[in-house]
Amino acid sequence: MSARRIFTRPARIAAIAPSLWMALFFLVPFGFVLKISLSQTAIAQPPYLPVFDLTQGAAAIKAAAAALSLDNFKLLVSDDLYVLSYLRSLVVALVSTSILLLIGYPIAYGMTRLPQRWQGVAMMLVIVPFWTSFLIRIYAWINILQHDGLLNKVLLALHLVAAPVVWLSTDGAMYLGIVYSYLPFMILPLYATLAKMDPALLEAASDLGASPRRAFWLVTFPLSLPGVAAGVLLCFIPIVGEFVIPDLLAGSGSMMIGQTLWLEFFTNKDWPVASAVAVVLLVLLVGPLVFYDRLQRRQLEAAR
Amino acid sequence: MAEELAKSEPDAEAADIPLLRIEAVVKKFGGFRAVDRLSLDIRAGEFFALLGPSGCGKTTLLRMLAGFETPDEGRILLDGKDIARVLPHQRPVNMMFQNYALFPHLNVRDNMAFGLKRAGMPASEINTRVAEMVELVKLGGLETRKPDQLSGGQKQRVALARSLARRPQVLLLDEPLAALDKKLRESTQLELMELQRRLGTTFVIVTHDQEEAMTVADRIGVMDSGRLEQVATPRELYEAPSSRWIAEFVGDVNIFDGQVASREAGRLSIATKDAGTIMVAEPRLPITKTIVAVAIRPEKVKLSRRGPAPDAVNAHAINRLEGIVTDVSYLGGVTSYKLKLDSGAVVRSSMANTARIDSDAYRASQRVVAWFTPDDCLVLEQ
Repeated sequence: MSARRIFTRPARIAAIAPSLWMALFFLVPFGFVLKISLSQTAIAQPPYLPVFDLTQGAAAIKAAAAALSLDNFKLLVSDDLYVLSYLRSLVVALVSTSILLLIGYPIAYGMTRLPQRWQGVAMMLVIVPFWTSFLIRIYAWINILQHDGLLNKVLLALHLVAAPVVWLSTDGAMYLGIVYSYLPFMILPLYATLAKMDPALLEAASDLGASPRRAFWLVTFPLSLPGVAAGVLLCFIPIVGEFVIPDLLAGSGSMMIGQTLWLEFFTNKDWPVASAVAVVLLVLLVGPLVFYDRLQRRQLEAAR
Repeated sequence: MAEELAKSEPDAEAADIPLLRIEAVVKKFGGFRAVDRLSLDIRAGEFFALLGPSGCGKTTLLRMLAGFETPDEGRILLDGKDIARVLPHQRPVNMMFQNYALFPHLNVRDNMAFGLKRAGMPASEINTRVAEMVELVKLGGLETRKPDQLSGGQKQRVALARSLARRPQVLLLDEPLAALDKKLRESTQLELMELQRRLGTTFVIVTHDQEEAMTVADRIGVMDSGRLEQVATPRELYEAPSSRWIAEFVGDVNIFDGQVASREAGRLSIATKDAGTIMVAEPRLPITKTIVAVAIRPEKVKLSRRGPAPDAVNAHAINRLEGIVTDVSYLGGVTSYKLKLDSGAVVRSSMANTARIDSDAYRASQRVVAWFTPDDCLVLEQ
């Protein structure tokens, strides 16, 4: 009752708008994808059956609904290709995120230790790569890593290697690309958490007998865990579905699930299986997403 | 439990040897001398207050005692050992921070146990000690609360208990009560004194609140521009300030500039520009200069319609000033008056409201006599 009185009409519209946005641009398209994932592939336009045609009457719709099946999902479970793709995606995301945390944490921590005016400069340096298109930056890496690329030229000139080394089209190149691209997403939430920590807490820890190293592990690190969780999820979730980086930098040996999806959709023109792959991917990521959402909500409440 | 805590109380002899000796300490920030060749002895078991306006260097001095700043020159001796360059986590000194600096991810018990764990105390002993501290600061039942679930006064108690848990030789308190409201601050001051007396720990408190310093401390060091202006008991500081600056900084005061006109029978008569000739008791330390200032605290200035009764002791030596009441502020326990003398100078007087119904109260624009004895006055060299 009182809530209605507090919120004016514009405020209520502003509150509903994000939900409308989500319904229109996420739930409705997802409904389409879900429906296609339950259909069968067909040489037709669109390339699947059945098609719901609202002009044909209730009986036709009923018949179409009866034709929906879980066959595509059964295929995903039975064929190694898909299971291995999912597993590879999770492993790549896990390894990349671990490397990102190991590199990003010291950088973010170092940034908070800089004098105030240098912190702004450091922040700029972290953000500056965003000014160039992501795709161009990945192509730049191809240039650096390829057979007669910059890296091999430098190594040969310095006589560190006798013959060009194969860098491109390896898992190493892919991890390099992923870590390079996602590093700002790890650093920024970590920096935000570490920067707002009260320096008096470290003085208190030191006053109470903790050496600087112990003070870090007993005070700084536990208090930075919300930032760690935010950075980890912000990297892990999109890396699982990453397509461009593995496609351009990794070898053709094994695929991440994003590549498998692309293959089903564009090469095999199998929309239903591609849709099923997408649905399962989303279900896999719902867990971490819900966790991230809860975490953010808890932080908002704590800030109040 | 209380008896056990009281054991650390120093005996009378030990109290004469300084526990903490600060020797010609200098701390510079760039070209600015925050602490400027400051020396000070603090005795064991003493409650010592560093008082001064903001920016006077009192917090810097405290932070050097804690080890968060290193002096550029000078020594800091604790029990005879120079600790000036000892790291904070290796000093037998603890600090209670201004905004408490409680660890937000730890509950009350773990906050209190933090320092004990670092000292490598066995778990059973930690439990006993924490229980002791909880009782000491009356926080029973709140042991598992996190700091953000506590009131300001409760946080203050946790911070105090945490800094006392290691039984430091010296406890440093940085504006410990500044965040509390007035009523709570006053009752906490009394608790702090009681606690200090019971534990016998040496307390060094930094405050900008002179009333707080006077309430809690045995001795007060007044700082200005990185130097100690005066170190004295609260009473000495108020009744015998060593300089005009201190007289004005500590409490209210009426000051008249003048010259020594004559000297007779332990009295100086001082010719002032604004208040005529004022008779003043000769101070213990002889006055060497002729240009002086006379200082009288407002509560020493009595008002009456006709002046003191003629049979008052030494009636002839009593100073009388006539003027018109311009301001009356009723403050409950006292009433504060402002008086305009014929010379235009303003004199402040505060009178205790000893009777509930006071038919004698003075009103604005009333002509009255303000009087005070030579002993009420203080001569300050400029």
